[in-house]
Amino acid sequence: MRTLGRATSVGETETPEPADDRAARLTTAAVDGDRRALAQLLTAVENRSPVAEAGLRRLYSLAGSAHLVGITGPPGAGKSTLVAALIAELRRVGRSVAVIAVDPSSPITGGALLGDRVRMQAYAGDDGVFIRSMAARGHAGGLASSTGAAAAVLDAAGFDMVLVETVGTGQSEVEVAAAADTTVVLEAPEMGDEVQAIKAGLLEVADIVVVNKGDKPGAQRTASQLRAMLVAAASPKSFHRDANPARPRPKRPDVLLTTAATGAGVPELLVAIDRHRATGHVAIAETARLARAEAQVWAILGDRLRARLHAPETTAATTAILRDVADHRLDPYTAADALFESLLRGDG
Amino acid sequence: MCGTIPKSAVGDVVFRRRPHSNGFGGRSFSKKRSGGAHARTIGAMTDRPIKVLIAKPGLDGHDRGAKVLARGLRDEGFEVVYTGLRQTPEMVVTAALQEDVDVVGLSILSGAHLTLLPRITALMRERGLDDVLVTAGGIIPDVDVETLRKAGVAQVFGPGTTIAEVAEYLRANARPRD
Repeated sequence: MRTLGRATSVGETETPEPADDRAARLTTAAVDGDRRALAQLLTAVENRSPVAEAGLRRLYSLAGSAHLVGITGPPGAGKSTLVAALIAELRRVGRSVAVIAVDPSSPITGGALLGDRVRMQAYAGDDGVFIRSMAARGHAGGLASSTGAAAAVLDAAGFDMVLVETVGTGQSEVEVAAAADTTVVLEAPEMGDEVQAIKAGLLEVADIVVVNKGDKPGAQRTASQLRAMLVAAASPKSFHRDANPARPRPKRPDVLLTTAATGAGVPELLVAIDRHRATGHVAIAETARLARAEAQVWAILGDRLRARLHAPETTAATTAILRDVADHRLDPYTAADALFESLLRGDG
Repeated sequence: MCGTIPKSAVGDVVFRRRPHSNGFGGRSFSKKRSGGAHARTIGAMTDRPIKVLIAKPGLDGHDRGAKVLARGLRDEGFEVVYTGLRQTPEMVVTAALQEDVDVVGLSILSGAHLTLLPRITALMRERGLDDVLVTAGGIIPDVDVETLRKAGVAQVFGPGTTIAEVAEYLRANARPRD
């Protein structure tokens, strides 16, 4: 094998560094500004390795101060170009920024082509910018399953803002809204009529709606339509006779016009993003943070349960029960109860 | 090469990196189909696709080859980061570092390979990326290959190389990391 030095000679055996030691080394270096260590930590997170778990245990208390901003929208709306424009604006005002750009994985081969960097390559040599591409690896919803944890690592590493760019989304990939403090939904001009704007889904989770490609014909009209349908319909007046004040309310997103390729409208977008965080509905943000924490813990709990049920001493029994369900000898509810009971009894 | 995928393979073929002893203390990698009974041998290793950066250093605007290869490696189960055209050595190395790739593939057709490629490998060494496999492709005369090898370019793929050959080489030579 030929690499740039550090050649592994034939017969050499490598003893892998223990996960805890590696995690300690990488987290300390990453927090100190070592970008290579940060990148390696993100790889561990992506691979859900033991190093990632040990690392996140160390880093979690340091995270929580960065502004997590999700950028989502249909393919080709200009998400990457807008992210590049936001990087430029953030750097102009002296704020550091990390980007997680998610692209889809092939459902057939598991491979991926990660092409979002193409528009963001101008910041090599600027330590205030860190860009990482991520393959979704079969996770539906617009993100990778490890995107939230990766954002927490970048947050802990001290970036002022973490931009999460989703895969090109359709109508219902709304997962980013749970992962971000502020969700920006991008639309391109003339993507649909007013009925598209009042359908449930993606536009509902927007804190800010951006009509990009503002120099194209129809952009103004699209923005006006969106304003009319999203903002007016969700105004408090329309709920004044509502008997239940605790009922979830639709958001009333700002609707902005940008031309990401030229940067027009981008400073205004950054102001809107900052304003959302500063004045944002505190109660809603609190609810979102709690929901995010719950989702994280539940996911880990699920992994732990699965690991316990497939531990060497229990996996045969678990597989037998799953087989019974597959063959319709047992219903899934009884099966789940049986597995749950076995865990509680401690023989799981 | 990036042709059709047999129906039977749908949902079944995931390229995983599993080390196997080749009997000499070295390692080789094989394509593992799900459902097999291979033991996980190295604790720190996890199943994940090999991550490759495909970069176009220099000023030539010919990116068809790089794009075809990027797409072909995607079809071979790699995670491929593409940088786009006209990259400086600094841009290439920063991308390789931030993305923590296993392989850097440099496509160059401008004739500037003897200038740019050693600059990239030197910068990689400087940044601690000395365990990353570097390969090159494009129009590179045979007489220059040895110079590039000495500079740290492990392999040069000329015109006519198939994507399968590149994929096989990368699977065999990319350093497994976690």
